[in-house]
Amino acid sequence: MIRFLLRRICESVPVFFAIITATFFMARFVPGGPFDKEKSVPPETLEALNAYYGLNEPLGSQYLKFLKNLACGELGPSYKYSGWSVNELIAEKAKVSLELGFCALIFAVAFGLLLGVSAAVLKDKPSGKAIGAFSLLGICLPSMVLAPVAILLFAIKLKCFNAMGWNFPSDIVLPSITLGLFYLAWIARLARASTIGELSKGYVKTARAKGLGPFKIYFVHVLRNAIQPVVSYLGPAAAGLLTGSFVIETIFQIPGLGKFFISSALDNDYTMVMGCVILYAGFIIAFNLISDLVLAALNPKIAKGFFDK
Amino acid sequence: MKISERAKPLKDKFGIGGIICSAFLICAFLICLFADFTAPYPYELQNMDLGASPPSFAHPLGTDIMGRDMLSRLIYGGRISFFVGILATAVSILIGVFYGMVSGLAGRKTDSVLMRIVDIIYSLPFTIFVILLTLAFGRSIWLIFVAIGAVEWLTMARIARAMTLDLKTSQFVEASKAMGQSAFGIIAKHILPNLMPSIIVCAALTMPSVMLLEAFLSFLGLGVQAPLPSLGSLIKDGAEYMEDAPWLLVFPAAFFSALLYCINLIGERLTLKNK
Repeated sequence: MIRFLLRRICESVPVFFAIITATFFMARFVPGGPFDKEKSVPPETLEALNAYYGLNEPLGSQYLKFLKNLACGELGPSYKYSGWSVNELIAEKAKVSLELGFCALIFAVAFGLLLGVSAAVLKDKPSGKAIGAFSLLGICLPSMVLAPVAILLFAIKLKCFNAMGWNFPSDIVLPSITLGLFYLAWIARLARASTIGELSKGYVKTARAKGLGPFKIYFVHVLRNAIQPVVSYLGPAAAGLLTGSFVIETIFQIPGLGKFFISSALDNDYTMVMGCVILYAGFIIAFNLISDLVLAALNPKIAKGFFDK
Repeated sequence: MKISERAKPLKDKFGIGGIICSAFLICAFLICLFADFTAPYPYELQNMDLGASPPSFAHPLGTDIMGRDMLSRLIYGGRISFFVGILATAVSILIGVFYGMVSGLAGRKTDSVLMRIVDIIYSLPFTIFVILLTLAFGRSIWLIFVAIGAVEWLTMARIARAMTLDLKTSQFVEASKAMGQSAFGIIAKHILPNLMPSIIVCAALTMPSVMLLEAFLSFLGLGVQAPLPSLGSLIKDGAEYMEDAPWLLVFPAAFFSALLYCINLIGERLTLKNK
């Protein structure tokens, strides 16, 4: 298990480097520099600005400097918001986005598993079929459709929630539900399919014959196996939630990182874009690592098979 | 087996819901494909005097704030979505099948390296890369096809590889090999035709996610550029004015979800049928 963990961590390091290198050069390929939009800047000032931030050096040395700073955890100054460093800006915005993403993820996993397993257990009953139909509907309602409709319904017509903003604890309800519902539906579908598959296996019959109660069969024996596809989906789901938050934060006017990332990318704020991508990539890689570890703990065959390959 | 299956009415194989969805999808596709003839107005025709007007006889789905006919914009937007959906799916299927087959046929070392690469790419924040790509190379619609197609091929590669591994050791392939069929001949005559059902299912399941990604990009303003409408940008515009003009939001959102629902349902039915 520890060998598996070490090996997975070693594998993640080059991937992380590949991501930040690719992003670094891609961000530089974007036509225009960060100061193009400041209209009345005379060419000498522009030159001085570029020199101050080291933007006129060759790309190679810029890259090396960037790596050196990154090793010290320093992401550099923001070009757009002068006087702010990227670290400060990201720390402030990321808190909001992480809260939102975390709530959405918990919501999606908890209810998705519950719905999926009950749909499998009640497979032939109308209620089970209704859950199946609901989960198919759920993957057809992306957050960009769901969020405005939810605002229209719950905020404008029924007035139970605020339409936008991020000031009261209740403000987190609509965004996280509309962000998480799509993933909830996916998890429910995965859990349903795998639970149905597990329920038809021999060990369930044995457990029933031994006289175990349904609670023990479903939650101790079946769930451990049935949850595996869901756990391996968590990595992609976390990535999806992060990018999904771009849309949700735009719609609900939430001052989070997603909204900020898009505007920095449009403004050619290189250091900001790099900082966001590093954070996102690190977060997603960490999430994949955790989901792999949980998977290996649930099913020892996986860690073993990893070395046999 | 084949005959009895064919003798079954279409209804039993596909279900009434499947038939309704296919019919809806085909109608929507044809209407959108011939948008130049079916749309009552050009999509960019403005009527500033009218402004945002609710549904009426002249404009069955109302008009947007610039007085542009909503139905026409919806049809043109649908055309973009279908266009992106089909082309980007085709790109992703091509890459996926090729990669998967190579990996499956190459065997041991190459295979495990190639599949490890897929595993790693699977876990990357690729939507972020698509965003950076659209920023770097301008927001052309062709780029969107390629970028989306380049992201969505992974599942197809996994399926194609697993199937190829299975087929490679099957008796009829062994026999064909023994009779002197070339490697290319085996791929063309035995492996590809047998992959076809899975390719179709995978295409049906990839299309909704491709359309979602396009709508996502257009929603953020990185996809299809104004005045050309896309379902994503229509929903975004609708969301901005939903308080005063809810029809601007409701129609595109409903149309988009209906499209996704139909494609997903057909994909699901195809998966069940294959089993």
